[in-house]
Amino acid sequence: MDRQPIFDELFGFGQTPRGPYEQYMSWFDGENKNKLEKKSKEAEAFFRATGITFNVYGKKEAQERLIPFDFIPRIIAAKEWEVLSRGIEQRVRALNAFLHDIYHRQEIIRAGRIPESLLDKNDAFCPQMIGFTPPGGIYTHIVGTDLVRTNENQFYVLEDNARTPSGVSYMLENRETMHKMFPEIFRQNKVASVRNYPKNLYKSLADCAPPACNGKPVVAILTPGIHNSAYFEHAFLAEQMGAELVEGHDLKIVDGRVTMRTTQGFTIIDVLYRRIDDEYLDPLTFNKNSMLGVPGIMDVYRTGGITIANAPGTGICDDKAIYSYMPEIIEFYTGEKMLLENVPTWRCSEDDSLKYVLDHLDKLVVKEVHGSGGYGMLVGPTANKKEVETFRKILQKNPSNYIAQPTLDLSTVPIFKNKKLDPRHVDLRPYVLVSPKNVDITPGGLTRVALKKGSLVVNSSQGGGTKDTWVLAK
Amino acid sequence: MLGRTAGSLFWMFRYLERCENTARLIEAGFQIALTRTTDETDVWHSIIATAGVVEKYTQVHSEYSQENVVDFLIRDTENSSSVISMMRMARDNARAARTALTREVWESTNQSWLLFKNELKRPIKTRDLPIRLETIRRQTALVRGVLYGTMLRNDIYDFAHLGCYLERVESTARILDVKYYVLLPSVSHVGSSIDNVHWETILRSMSAHQSYRWLNQGDIDPLSISKFLILDKRLPRSISYCVEKVYDHLCYLSKAYKNELPALKAIQNLHRDIEKTMIEDIFADGLHEFLQDIVAKNAEISAQIEQDYSFYS
Repeated sequence: MDRQPIFDELFGFGQTPRGPYEQYMSWFDGENKNKLEKKSKEAEAFFRATGITFNVYGKKEAQERLIPFDFIPRIIAAKEWEVLSRGIEQRVRALNAFLHDIYHRQEIIRAGRIPESLLDKNDAFCPQMIGFTPPGGIYTHIVGTDLVRTNENQFYVLEDNARTPSGVSYMLENRETMHKMFPEIFRQNKVASVRNYPKNLYKSLADCAPPACNGKPVVAILTPGIHNSAYFEHAFLAEQMGAELVEGHDLKIVDGRVTMRTTQGFTIIDVLYRRIDDEYLDPLTFNKNSMLGVPGIMDVYRTGGITIANAPGTGICDDKAIYSYMPEIIEFYTGEKMLLENVPTWRCSEDDSLKYVLDHLDKLVVKEVHGSGGYGMLVGPTANKKEVETFRKILQKNPSNYIAQPTLDLSTVPIFKNKKLDPRHVDLRPYVLVSPKNVDITPGGLTRVALKKGSLVVNSSQGGGTKDTWVLAK
Repeated sequence: MLGRTAGSLFWMFRYLERCENTARLIEAGFQIALTRTTDETDVWHSIIATAGVVEKYTQVHSEYSQENVVDFLIRDTENSSSVISMMRMARDNARAARTALTREVWESTNQSWLLFKNELKRPIKTRDLPIRLETIRRQTALVRGVLYGTMLRNDIYDFAHLGCYLERVESTARILDVKYYVLLPSVSHVGSSIDNVHWETILRSMSAHQSYRWLNQGDIDPLSISKFLILDKRLPRSISYCVEKVYDHLCYLSKAYKNELPALKAIQNLHRDIEKTMIEDIFADGLHEFLQDIVAKNAEISAQIEQDYSFYS
């Protein structure tokens, strides 16, 4: 297979480090590689002791697994970051305007910019939100925009993750670990800090307190419980924010407010950062078998008694068919051209596109419109003939359930393997906080890295690892 | 604090305490078995009886050998009261109460669990037993020490200690009750070798053999042992000391929360009764009956605390 040369973020297309990596590499070159290898093992012990694990369903013994950490940082120059953060902010503002519109007058459909069918049959569209404006007018309080890079100046947005982006605890712990392992390099390199994230998260959520709140807003995180795959993160964020970590059965509606059962009676919660899906939020409104949510919370929500973050019904933004309309959406609400590019996307619901996709299956990535986590997708170029043909049948049965994209030559950043640098493909997920007052993007984010050579799948559930992500100070 | 969190703290420290008590008990058995010339079977039988798990044990093993008993009480994951099972439950509760624990308390608990899991992977050889037991005692002491050194003195601290001391009352009462007959003056004969084993088991399993010697030079008699373990407030595992601690922590909670709940009343009564009790009264009315009464009241208070502070929905 003839392929373009891959852009490496450390070496570019050449042999010498690119600008942002120069200082780091002068340190790295002078280090004893045996000692580095030893340090790298220490990092694993550190993660284990801290309990930074994610749970894997269905495996009895190794229920809690570590996400592998590679200590070579991913470094972004201040100028590059400026471009990215402007583009992300534009997208997030447009998404909030879009959500408000589709749950109110649906101007964008009236204007004929997106087809009505996109919302009509969409399970992620939440009819209970029609005509209701969440406190502060914010739908997506917490966003994790997935970005990939293919060249010096070419970034693409892969997904907007407006529902419940996870992984922010890894951004924080990776940095913490780097501070412990290599304090000296942080004196040489001025790296923008990420440690304010929990504080900003609290502030951002508190700024969206509901009308019924009086006094200092009480914020709580709603978790499905200790067996959830991201429990560590829920507990970590609650602890860092000084918020309570609650489960559905701790909560009860009392006098039109959501309260939690404490050792001293019931205490009112103003803002609930929920880490459970819409479907489980309220058994009276959604899935009636849900044990995870709070019966009646949607009524409290609609009468201004609580803020739910992110708002129910935001998941529709994660729909990959809607994603494909982002250029139209951004232009419609902001009057601006889209700053960060979308990956070119074929909607298999359209006959011409479907024909093209079926003809080029071995070259494309085909994804479910509602899918996530790297499941239910086809990566054409790495799949064998049989896999391609099996997928072809699945696709033909229900074309509107799929979109297709070209396989991008994702940039690489080296990992430290066998005492040497070895390039691996990466993506980037910066974390965005949205309040009525501002859009706050933490400089950095989570770099996920495909540890298998040549692999493009970076998901932790599929053998991906993480790296610390540096944004250099100006 | 969430009621559920209070419950997790309470149980986390109950399990840790139970873990440590089991390790002490095995250590007592091991020490005694080493210094005896006769068959060790009755020593290990006595250990299983003291742990209160005869029924569970006989479902799995037919012989009371050191290997079997040690394996059952330390490594057996099917046995819910083995050290490894209890450490897992302590750690699960710590995980659930994560937001109420300092990072150091959480990490020491998590590390203890990882260490146990690793060290107890394979059956324990006799020559490794002292080191394994040492690890268990050291790690539980570490968690307690970090709690002492890093946590706020607030309701979190109180719930943790309530779990610890209620467990200790139960443990001490149970150990004494299993052996109550050897402490009765009518059947025991000072100096007979079998009785010595029992006394030593009792004293060692509460790490009280040294203290007892300090306070009673040379004399070993059932009455003074009982008095020491039940009523002596200088001993951190005596019933009297632990009841007072439970009382203290419920008082702190009552002050902090500005309320007086039924559990406080109950512990007040128990504390007052024990303060008035003389060892002679206990023996006159029946040691077994006294201990049974303590265990029952202790369980009632524990249940009342769970209710008063809404541990469960």
